[in-house]
Amino acid sequence: MATAAARDTAGSQAYDAPAGAGDTAGYERAFDAAVAADERIEPRDWMPDAYRATLVRQIAQHAHSEIIGMQPEANWITRAPSLRRKAILMAKVQDEAGHGLYLYSAAETLGTSRDELLDKLHSGRQKYSSIFNYPTLTWADVGAIGWLVDGAAITNQVPLCRCSYGPYARAMVRICKEESFHQRQGYELLLALSKGTPEQHAMAQDAVDRWWWPSLMMFGPPDDESQHSAQSMAWKIKRHSNDELRQRFVDICVPQAESLGLTLPDPDLKWNEERGQHDFGAIDWSEFWDVLKGNGPCNEQRLTRRRQAHEEGAWVREAAAAHAAKHTNSETGAARA
Amino acid sequence: MTTTPAKDTAHAAAALALGDDALVLSHRLGEWAGHAPVLEEEVALANIALDLLGQARVLLSMVGDEDELAYLREERAFRNLQLVEQPNGDFAHTIARQLFFSAHQYLLYGELAAGNGPFAPLAGKAVKETAYHRDHAEQWTLRLGDGTDESHARMQRAVDALWRHTGEMFQPVEGLDVDWIGLETVWLEWVSEVLRRATLTVPEGPRTGAWTAGAGRQGLHTEPFGRMLAEMQHLHRSHPGATW
Ligand SMILES: [Fe+2]
Ligand SMILES: [Fe+2]
Repeated sequence: MATAAARDTAGSQAYDAPAGAGDTAGYERAFDAAVAADERIEPRDWMPDAYRATLVRQIAQHAHSEIIGMQPEANWITRAPSLRRKAILMAKVQDEAGHGLYLYSAAETLGTSRDELLDKLHSGRQKYSSIFNYPTLTWADVGAIGWLVDGAAITNQVPLCRCSYGPYARAMVRICKEESFHQRQGYELLLALSKGTPEQHAMAQDAVDRWWWPSLMMFGPPDDESQHSAQSMAWKIKRHSNDELRQRFVDICVPQAESLGLTLPDPDLKWNEERGQHDFGAIDWSEFWDVLKGNGPCNEQRLTRRRQAHEEGAWVREAAAAHAAKHTNSETGAARA
Repeated sequence: MTTTPAKDTAHAAAALALGDDALVLSHRLGEWAGHAPVLEEEVALANIALDLLGQARVLLSMVGDEDELAYLREERAFRNLQLVEQPNGDFAHTIARQLFFSAHQYLLYGELAAGNGPFAPLAGKAVKETAYHRDHAEQWTLRLGDGTDESHARMQRAVDALWRHTGEMFQPVEGLDVDWIGLETVWLEWVSEVLRRATLTVPEGPRTGAWTAGAGRQGLHTEPFGRMLAEMQHLHRSHPGATW
């Protein structure tokens, strides 16, 4: 296990400040040209401070979402109704922990340690995806999360595989492969319920009713209200607008809901021949902002649980660090003797 | 892995005992999801839980329908060791439980893999997984035992608390042709050596409870086990005959 100290050192070595201010204009031209040519920016390349800050903010939020997102699904591991489903769910929650690890590592290449980011999560200074502030009330919610939440995540993240920052883009390639696996498993879980007993079918429909609108909100506020979008698009951190991605997601989900034999809870949802896309109803953005501000059903619970796991684990991390220090010292001592 | 139906009742009983061990310990480890002290351990504990669940599914399928066996048996029909049903406690308790059990399972599967009985194919694969589980527990025992004063105290408490559940692992299981005394001797030597290297004291207390020697194998369990099953079985039992 890498100690916090080791990670900090690795992080700060990863980027050296460029030479005098006179050179900055030249560096900036090179950076702009690389982005324009769709080349990858790598950790040792010069980059504007705002680009670095935007990436750290986005990657951190993404990493935090992976680890907070473990909670609503882990909620059902001990109650999974068959051993096969239990194995699938455990593996999924484990994958999400792995995604957290890749992403914290990607953030470290920008000079920010995992400990620092976890601190910001625990103190509420950094966010995670609001979707995880909704509760998993029945087993069908596990399926709805896989189908809709992982599905929305894929729609958001596939374009990130071409993100201008190399380590983030490469992490996303790995992550997207696993997310699409999760999406198919979620779909398959819902299909089994939908075709099962009337009680199981009702359970699946109820879950989709509850998760549909929050999943549409995962793409973020409408384009005209999104603060960071324009600059991120120019830097090729982002490739499509929130509304474009949301539309793409709706168009993907409608036929899938049909084959599931489930309905989507939107009376205004219909095919628009002219646009070649689906029209859909108005999103309740007041709910979105309310949940984001901390007033969702589980904000308090998720963060408390995360802090608690971290605090209760402190003695373990300290022990590992102390052991590593003793071990290194005694080896050095032996070598000297 | 091949799933051969157990041909006779002795083999079925043995498959049930080993399958229940793996099933129950996997469940306990699954309870850690989202609570682990460090992200790397979320991954490691889930890995071990998944290996054990895989073993459980093969073993239970040798006896009958895996889900019927896991979800529809009453507490007194489970044949697992009491050690594996013990609650997770703090991370030290979980590691002590892993150390004791995986050292035992490694030796047992090693012996079964070397034979040509019905468990040889499963044991041959599982022994490799178990080697990793044992190594994981050993490394953490060393870190916690020889870490800080607090971690040392916690690890010693955990080892002491679980010690009286370790004797049961070497009670002969019908249907398994194993040198139990030899197994126990090697286990005790190995565990004592790890504890010594971790600067921990090998407990002096008895390795079985006053009336509980081999009890888990006869369906006598500890109080926390009933609650564990209530949680595990509730959803499955709420929808009789449903498929998932
Ligand atoms: Fe993920
Ligand atoms: Fe996922």
